[in-house]
Amino acid sequence: MATSTSSATSSAPTAARTAAPSTAGAGTTRPRRRRGRATSRDHKLLPYLLLAPAVVMELLIHILPMLVGIWMSFVRLTKFFLANWSAAPWAGLGNYRLALDINSSIGAKLFQSFLVTIGFSVAAVVLSWGLGMAAAVALQQPFRGRGIVRTLFLVPYALPAYAGILTWNFMLQRDTGLINHVLADNLHLTGDRPFWLLGNNAFTSLVVVAVWRLWPFAFLTIMAGLQSVPTELYEAASVDGAGNLRSWRSITLPSLRPVNIVLVLVLFLWTFSDFNTPYVLFGTAQPPAGDLVSFHIYNASFLTWNFGIGAAMSVLLLLFLMVLTAAYLVVTNRRSSRA
Amino acid sequence: MRNTKGFMSFRAVTVLLLGAFTLIPLYAMVTAALKPLRDVQSTFTWWPSTLTVSPFVDMWTTVPLARYFGNSLVVSGLATLASVVLAVLAAFAVSRFSFRGRSIFTTTVLSTQMFPGVLFLLPLFLIFTNINSATGIQLVGSRLGLVITYLTFTLPFSIWMLVGYFDSIPRELDEAAMVDGCTPLGALWRVVLPAARPGVIAVAIYSFMTAWGEVLFASVMTNDSNRTLAVGLREYSTQTNVYWNQIMAASLVVSVPVVVGFLLAQKSFVAGVTAGAVK
Amino acid sequence: MTRRAFLAAASTCVLALGVAACSSSGGSTTSAGGATGADATLTYWASNQGTSLDNDKQVLTPVLDAFTKQTGVKVNLEVIGWNDLQTRIQTAITSGSGPDVLNIGNTWASSLQATGAFLPYDSAAMTAIGGPDKFVKAALDTGGMAGQDPTSVPLYGLAYGLYYNKAMFTAAGLQPPTTWEEMVTAAKKLTVPAKQEYGFSLAAGSYTENVHFAFINGSQNGGAWFDAAGKPTFTSDANVQGVLRYLDLMQTDKVVNPSNAQYDNGTKSVNDFAAGKVAMILNQNNADSSIVSNGMKSDAYGVVPFPSPSGGQKIATFIAGINLSVMKSTKNKDAALSFVKFMTSPETQKTLDKPFSALPVLQGETPVFTDNAEEAKTFQDIYATMSKPLPLVAAEDQFESTVGKAMNALFAKVATGGTVSATDVKTALQDAQDQVTAATGG
Repeated sequence: MATSTSSATSSAPTAARTAAPSTAGAGTTRPRRRRGRATSRDHKLLPYLLLAPAVVMELLIHILPMLVGIWMSFVRLTKFFLANWSAAPWAGLGNYRLALDINSSIGAKLFQSFLVTIGFSVAAVVLSWGLGMAAAVALQQPFRGRGIVRTLFLVPYALPAYAGILTWNFMLQRDTGLINHVLADNLHLTGDRPFWLLGNNAFTSLVVVAVWRLWPFAFLTIMAGLQSVPTELYEAASVDGAGNLRSWRSITLPSLRPVNIVLVLVLFLWTFSDFNTPYVLFGTAQPPAGDLVSFHIYNASFLTWNFGIGAAMSVLLLLFLMVLTAAYLVVTNRRSSRA
Repeated sequence: MRNTKGFMSFRAVTVLLLGAFTLIPLYAMVTAALKPLRDVQSTFTWWPSTLTVSPFVDMWTTVPLARYFGNSLVVSGLATLASVVLAVLAAFAVSRFSFRGRSIFTTTVLSTQMFPGVLFLLPLFLIFTNINSATGIQLVGSRLGLVITYLTFTLPFSIWMLVGYFDSIPRELDEAAMVDGCTPLGALWRVVLPAARPGVIAVAIYSFMTAWGEVLFASVMTNDSNRTLAVGLREYSTQTNVYWNQIMAASLVVSVPVVVGFLLAQKSFVAGVTAGAVK
Repeated sequence: MTRRAFLAAASTCVLALGVAACSSSGGSTTSAGGATGADATLTYWASNQGTSLDNDKQVLTPVLDAFTKQTGVKVNLEVIGWNDLQTRIQTAITSGSGPDVLNIGNTWASSLQATGAFLPYDSAAMTAIGGPDKFVKAALDTGGMAGQDPTSVPLYGLAYGLYYNKAMFTAAGLQPPTTWEEMVTAAKKLTVPAKQEYGFSLAAGSYTENVHFAFINGSQNGGAWFDAAGKPTFTSDANVQGVLRYLDLMQTDKVVNPSNAQYDNGTKSVNDFAAGKVAMILNQNNADSSIVSNGMKSDAYGVVPFPSPSGGQKIATFIAGINLSVMKSTKNKDAALSFVKFMTSPETQKTLDKPFSALPVLQGETPVFTDNAEEAKTFQDIYATMSKPLPLVAAEDQFESTVGKAMNALFAKVATGGTVSATDVKTALQDAQDQVTAATGG
């Protein structure tokens, strides 16, 4: 009974879970204790009851649509069959072949969009996490006006996504935008006004806008995690003569570990499939440098009415992210069990 | 962290830079909301040459803003409630119990987070239509449908994040409570939840904001009467004009309650520590 | 608290939540009434033609009330913005649950016909709406693929014209252009980059506008974008040169502000035009209301046909407009058809053409969209004699998105300082053609 989980590598999520900090004892001892408790017959059903509502919803909103999505990727679901899905001809791996053929224009564009997205995600996650951490640490101690600053930092996140991104679009306009006004008219850094929504600059714009919207969330999450770090730890460290930087490295970071592992992962997953930012920032005129893969798939499906290939692209994306996530969790877990 | 000189200057620099990064776009919004349309369309100036409050008046008639705002509150509120309740129960099971199928559940939840949301659009729409014709429960074009849709985005993350927060709460606490005669759920309610309060609030805020800002599904799944704000704001750009100033004015006004909500949540946020410390 | 009590409480809580959610849906349920028979209810999706969605509603409501009074059929109106219309139609087709009657951009007619989700106007249906002869033939031809029963009929007619600022032309001693060359010369004379004044503004970041002008310029050169078998022929010399000529307004003639490469819809050009920053814009006749609402008086501008190069074919526009379709899934076919008949009746047309700035789609009607008789005549001439329909093939929508996006990219390249040669254009069009071929399974 209760056979699952003592091996940390048996599944990705277990790895993240057992990577929890040492407050409750080392990861290896915990499953034993849990198993002891779970033998009580009373509690055998309880976890399933607790999960049931979530499982039902997951089936309805995720598993079922995902299966439909996977099926879509194997048929030629073009506009000719949209009204009658069951009549769509079987395509086998045809959609996949087309999406992966880098020599064809469809494959080449997908690959480019994929590279852009990786660069975007990495930049946006690193910056968002860094800013969020800096702000959370800076605001850890009380000072006059802390509440105001904390609220202010959360405002970009509180604005409706559409409004926030549109404001940036407005600021990034070439002739009438604030950014070029500062660069060209106030600081005289550039003679010719650069384009921020066309060409390669579009990538920078995309990262900045995404970070502006996302870092408050990293800030919020880390701040929530910091609440549960006992202040005695810091006091003890400072008695031992540890400086701030060392306290941060030896107390803050390890304590936040379980939160950080999930936070960085979900930040990556979100930015990787970010749709709103390019959709609102560029509208229908997205430049290649801002062609994030979710938006690319949307265009491939909805603009050209070719849902089969869009679904194939999504499945490929799913596979890629699964492999990456599994690797990430294995690595983060190995490091923590070594520590 | 001790208030050394180094820390004080780090704090000053961080607050200043991030404050500027946050404030400049907000400043652009506020001034745009106070300018006549003609000025908004021409080159940006730091000081508006003409100030007007008419965007704040006109915005209510260009678009039925009040109705969209109400819809957004209902949809986001329900989605948050549902998401938090389901996620707390599930995360507690995952964090504190060992049972068959646990790893399948967590792996599945995580991988659903990875499928690009865009491609859920057609399948979900199809499923909703089928549910409608089978049971008569209307999901497309209803607030309920939108609430369920938003669980798509919020549920996996909420479960995941809560497992993380629950895991960081020492197990000894709930074990002690159970020794004192609490049931596992009693321990969740009396010990784990209070200690994880900041985490629960963070997850609730996330769920709310995700639903609050979602554009794509809302544009397809709603009609006139139940359209949400995020989509409604797009209606300020019409065939004949883009009413920038009204968009900005509307965004500012509708954000006020959310910011106030954040302020209130902050109090609970801090209260979480005290509750944790007492235990 | 005992475990059991807590569990009971918790499940009640969950249950209550479910019930609450259900009843809230009951409250918000709308439209989609399945009523049949005489007092049927139709759901009608209208596209955004007026100054705002609300404005559309105000214009249409009295018209729909009149229809209800006449027939007893109620109409549930929803006005849908252009941002959403295509996705809404796609999901409606997918699920088989949509409106009964809806507006479509007429360029999508053939592509939507190919889905099989729209009701063909066969001879019986056509008779029910008043017969094919009441429509302007060229307009009716946009209703679907040649040789098939159309699945849409024209509702509002639109055509491109070259709008020019009278005062700026007079001040520079210029006449409205009649050839491409005259147009470029005039534009050059009116361009003063230092003062941010340009001869021309183009919606160079809008793929739909761009593809229209790829089509028009290619057609002026005698090019075709599809052959008789419906296969794409994007890369013909005529098309490449046509596209390049249009790009050259920004690239070599330099009469267009490079910033226009960011203009992702026509309203931004209209803003510039109304503000006196540019002397000419290309727009469909429904730009009239935009221009006026941007503060330019209607006697301050004139309209001439978009000129061809000397020796080229005199094509100034495609046959633009909005068509009306009935979904096959409708449960109220008769009511839907009588609604179409009503909407395309001369009386309704007269009522709607003015607020929506539309050209008549019915035989023998005079335009009422403007009080300016000269402008009205110009547009009617353009529509009747200098127009060509966009390709009436199933892949028309893919033609729009791929060629339009290719042009966006070319304009972006020009704007950011690159050069675009005929070879570059040809490569980009070949790319677009490959995508269309792949998507149509050819």
